[in-house]
Amino acid sequence: MAEHDDALTIGLKPGELKPGELKIVLETLLFTSTVPVSLNAIRAVFGDDLSVEVLRRSLSELGEDWRNRGLELTAVAEGWRFQTRTQYQPYVRRLSRESPPKYSRAVMETLTIIAYKQPVTRGDIEEIRGVGVSTQIIRTLEQRGWIQNSGHRNVPGRPALYVTTPQFLNDLNLRSISELPPLVDSGSRILPNPANGELL
Amino acid sequence: MNDTVNPAAPTMLAMVRGLAMTEMPAGLYIPPDALAVYLTAFEGPLDLLLYLIRRHHLDVLDIQMAELTRQYMEYVTAMRRHKLELAAEYMLMAVWLIEIKSRMLLPRTETEEETDQDNDPRADLVRRLLEYEQIRQAAQAIDDMPRCGRDYAVAYVDDEPEEMPLPGIRIEDLLRAWEELKTRIPVPAAHSLARKTLSVRSAMEQILHSLQGDLFIEFTTLIAPEQGLAHRVVKFLAVLELAREQKLEIMQNQPFAPIYMRLANGNTTDGRA
Repeated sequence: MAEHDDALTIGLKPGELKPGELKIVLETLLFTSTVPVSLNAIRAVFGDDLSVEVLRRSLSELGEDWRNRGLELTAVAEGWRFQTRTQYQPYVRRLSRESPPKYSRAVMETLTIIAYKQPVTRGDIEEIRGVGVSTQIIRTLEQRGWIQNSGHRNVPGRPALYVTTPQFLNDLNLRSISELPPLVDSGSRILPNPANGELL
Repeated sequence: MNDTVNPAAPTMLAMVRGLAMTEMPAGLYIPPDALAVYLTAFEGPLDLLLYLIRRHHLDVLDIQMAELTRQYMEYVTAMRRHKLELAAEYMLMAVWLIEIKSRMLLPRTETEEETDQDNDPRADLVRRLLEYEQIRQAAQAIDDMPRCGRDYAVAYVDDEPEEMPLPGIRIEDLLRAWEELKTRIPVPAAHSLARKTLSVRSAMEQILHSLQGDLFIEFTTLIAPEQGLAHRVVKFLAVLELAREQKLEIMQNQPFAPIYMRLANGNTTDGRA
C-alpha cells in the first residue's frame, strides 16, 4: 500500500501530464502489453484518478492518430489493443512464412454450436450435427483457447458443458457474444451458396 | 421409383415451392465419377441430405421421401463401394428415412389430416435439417470473420520473454551471509595452532564429487562445524570458484531461504577433467 502511495506522489496523476500526453502514455501501455488492456487496468495506473470519460476520449484520439497506419487501435472483449490492419496481413504472413492453421468444417461447426447455444454438452453438438464429435475437435478448440469447460450438466453421466472464452471474442474482434452475426432462419429454403453457387 | 406420396401424379419428379416438376432439372444428373469426389466431403448424414435437397431443388418443407431415400441410399451404397469407412450415423439415418417413408404410406384419418403439421412424420427430420443448415451457414460466417493470426496480428513490443526476475545482490548481502555462516561456527574455547594446508582446488573437487548423480545439496550441509573456520572459508571460496567457472547452479527462491546447489547442465565427472 505504501509503495502504491509513493507512486502517486511522484506524479502519476493524470492532471500532472502535459496536454495531449495522456494518449502517449496510453500508446506506451498498450504496446508494451501482450494482452488487451482493460479500462480498469489503465485507470489503476493512475490510481483511479482518471475518469472513464477522459480515458475514452483519449483512446479515441489515439485511434484517430493511427488512422492511416498499418496498425489500428481496437476494443475487444478483454480491453484495448493495437493490431495489424487486415489488408496488410498478407505481407506480414509472407515475411514470417507461416501459414495460419485452417480449421475443418467439423471444427468450425462445433465452435459455432458452442458459440450460439452455450453452454452445451458434446451430446448437444452431436444432436445438431448428426455425427459424433471427436475428442480431437474439442482439443483443437481448447488448445486454441476458444472454448473451455464450464462444469457439468446435472443429468446422469454428468456430461461436461462447454462455453466460449473471452479469447474467442478477442480473436474475432468482438466485444461480446451478442456481436456475433444473428443466426439466419433459412425458412424452407435450402439453396446453393449464393456467393459461388456451390452445393457443399 | 414412383412418387408414393402423390400417387395421383406418378410422373412428377419433385415439388418445387408448390410447383410440380415433371421433367428432370438440368442440375439433376450427377455423373458417377463426380460422386466419388464429394463422398468424403460430407460432414455426416444431415450434411449429405442437405446436399441432395440443394442438388435436386427439393422443398425442405415438402420433401418427397421416396425420392430422397432413394438418392440417399445411392450415395451410401457408393460410399461403401468406394470402401469409405461409413460412420454408423449414416446407417441410422437410412433406417430413419425408410421409417418415415413407410409411415407416410399409412392411410391417415380425417382428424389427423386436420393437424397435418403436427403429425407429419417428416417434421422432426425437417426440423433437424433446418437447424443444421442454420449452423452450417453460421459456421461459414464465423469462418469468414477476420480472425487473429490469419487475417490480422496483435501488435505489441516484443519484450524479453518473462522469466523469474533475478534478485539483485549487494556486497552487504554477501557480508551478511558470511556473518551468518560465522555464527554457526562454535567458537572453540582453546585455539589449536596446528597449521593445516587447505586447498580450495581440492575442496572444489570434493563438492563436485558430492554433487554427482543429479543431486541437490543445501549449502550449509557442505560445512561440517567440527572442522573449524578455515574449512568453512575454503568451502565457501570453493563454491564461489565453481560458480564462477559455471560448474555449479546455485538457487535461492527468496532472500534468506536455503541455498541449493547442483551441477550445472552437462557437467559430469568426465566433463570436469
